[in-house]
Amino acid sequence: MSGLVVDIESRLGDFRLAAAFEAGPGVTALFGPSGAGKSSILSAVAGARRPDRGRIVLDGEALFDSGRAVHAPMEARGIGWVFQDARLFPHLNVEANLLYGARRARGRPARTSLAEVAEVLGIDGLLRRRPRDLSGGERQRVAVGRALLSQPRLLLMDEPLAALDAARKAEILPFLERLKESFGLPILYVTHSFAEMTRLADRLVVLEAGRVTVQGALAEVLARPDVPLLSGRADAAAALEATVAAHDAARGLTRLRAQGVELLAPALDRPEGAAVRALVLARDVLIAREEPRALSARNVVPARIEALTARADGTVLATLGAGDGARLLSAVTRDAVEALGLRPGLAVWAVVKSVAVEGTREPGLLSVLDE
Amino acid sequence: MPFGLTPEEIAAVRTSLVVGARATAVALPLAVAVALALVRGRFPGRGALNAVAHAPLVLPPVVVGYLLLLAFGVQGPIGGWLERAFGWRLVFTSAGASLAAGVMAFPLMVRAVALSLDAIDPRLEEAARSLGARPLDRFLTVTLPLAAPGVLAAAIVGFAACLGEFGAVITFAASIPGETQTLPLAIYAALQAPGGEAAAARLASLSLAIALVALAASEALARSARRWVGR
Repeated sequence: MSGLVVDIESRLGDFRLAAAFEAGPGVTALFGPSGAGKSSILSAVAGARRPDRGRIVLDGEALFDSGRAVHAPMEARGIGWVFQDARLFPHLNVEANLLYGARRARGRPARTSLAEVAEVLGIDGLLRRRPRDLSGGERQRVAVGRALLSQPRLLLMDEPLAALDAARKAEILPFLERLKESFGLPILYVTHSFAEMTRLADRLVVLEAGRVTVQGALAEVLARPDVPLLSGRADAAAALEATVAAHDAARGLTRLRAQGVELLAPALDRPEGAAVRALVLARDVLIAREEPRALSARNVVPARIEALTARADGTVLATLGAGDGARLLSAVTRDAVEALGLRPGLAVWAVVKSVAVEGTREPGLLSVLDE
Repeated sequence: MPFGLTPEEIAAVRTSLVVGARATAVALPLAVAVALALVRGRFPGRGALNAVAHAPLVLPPVVVGYLLLLAFGVQGPIGGWLERAFGWRLVFTSAGASLAAGVMAFPLMVRAVALSLDAIDPRLEEAARSLGARPLDRFLTVTLPLAAPGVLAAAIVGFAACLGEFGAVITFAASIPGETQTLPLAIYAALQAPGGEAAAARLASLSLAIALVALAASEALARSARRWVGR
């Protein structure tokens, strides 16, 4: 069985961790506020911390099993770990740092080579340098490369961008996206950044006070009206897998094509054809029964109401199907539902006020959500 | 004779260098091991080990020499066993002078190594571990290289202290020209002899010169070692 299964309990002083989740191929984000237990889980998976009870199973092999007294030592787990602080070896140059894990891979099949890693991470020009001569962003890229070259079965990333400023983050994110595409390695990614999570994650595990509150595919979790990570913060949101269709430099816009829906977004720094992830918050989508004209919002999409869900705060969350299986969410009042006669199956127009795509030249909506 | 030295004086210089070099070579790995245990280890008896390692710093050197006589003398438990098992005799020999000098210099060496080990971020060792390095591997490829400036400093401080040791050496190994009579012992002997002031002055100048060279060498080495570890 491939992938990671975690079901552990741990007590650290007053803090109780009781987390159960699974992570398959692609990026699984552990998301939650500081102190939710994200890093503790990562330490347990890496083998730096022994949980009180439970099991950690990777590709069918038990790394930890309190019932059978199994606790594989960290050096034998074959798990790459990228720390918040890069932790490069200061006495070795970049190349020796990169190869440190590669020389200790213990016969695990080589998925990747120094040349490929250096190329994907853009560090081929730095191989002879010492860590002290690197910028923060370069260090972090070397740290990622070092972990990758240890030919791990799983890559752990513990807020790898948290210590970097916005410009360095923007520099590294594209590399992390390429990483995901190039190496086909399961990645467990700890973050409390909404922007990083929505940009990188395929699967989401939301943690609060040591417990998993919700887990599932990113789009599903984001669309859930009851998800605590979004309440009081950004509301529910629809995540759309999109490609860059065209740039309109004159108007400062980029046209995205997302599952049969065309959306205009603020100008993006990505080439045409690039895959991006667009986020549309429920509060930024209005519903009109007739095609609106002379409207300041530029995105008006024909859609069909799939479901209406009443929420605790008295509003209603409408799930809208559009294009070729795209799904948008709209937060409307109960009054509006009655006045417009909204019901499942009804054809409507979705007015999208704002599309958030990380990677815009301006600090986008996603970065604002992190404040 | 170079610098107008007598054969006896040249022998004293050679004895000093041999005694110091041998003591440093043997004591340094031990000092690294003890420093590692003191800095990283959590075990019962850590306090006792700390006290024993640092005792020569606070005991009068003559007392250390006397204790060595008790332990390593021909009648002593260790000395007697060494003589019976290997035919080795330490008392009144050049090796014994190294032992006495090395014991006296040991705490200084442990402190120098411990200081540099303390400055190493243990999270680097954790990183090495996550990359598949076993304990000895981690020590040899991460901890020891990063502690290199401290180990180097320990070697030089230890060597200098061995050259200067008087009380413990004369008590345990006596002052035998060409065998255990190091520079300070030779200076003392010269001052005891009638008309020996000139010889004492020459030997003292020689001590000073050796000390200055060692100091300059340690500065240069420490600088390049720090550069090498990327600090």
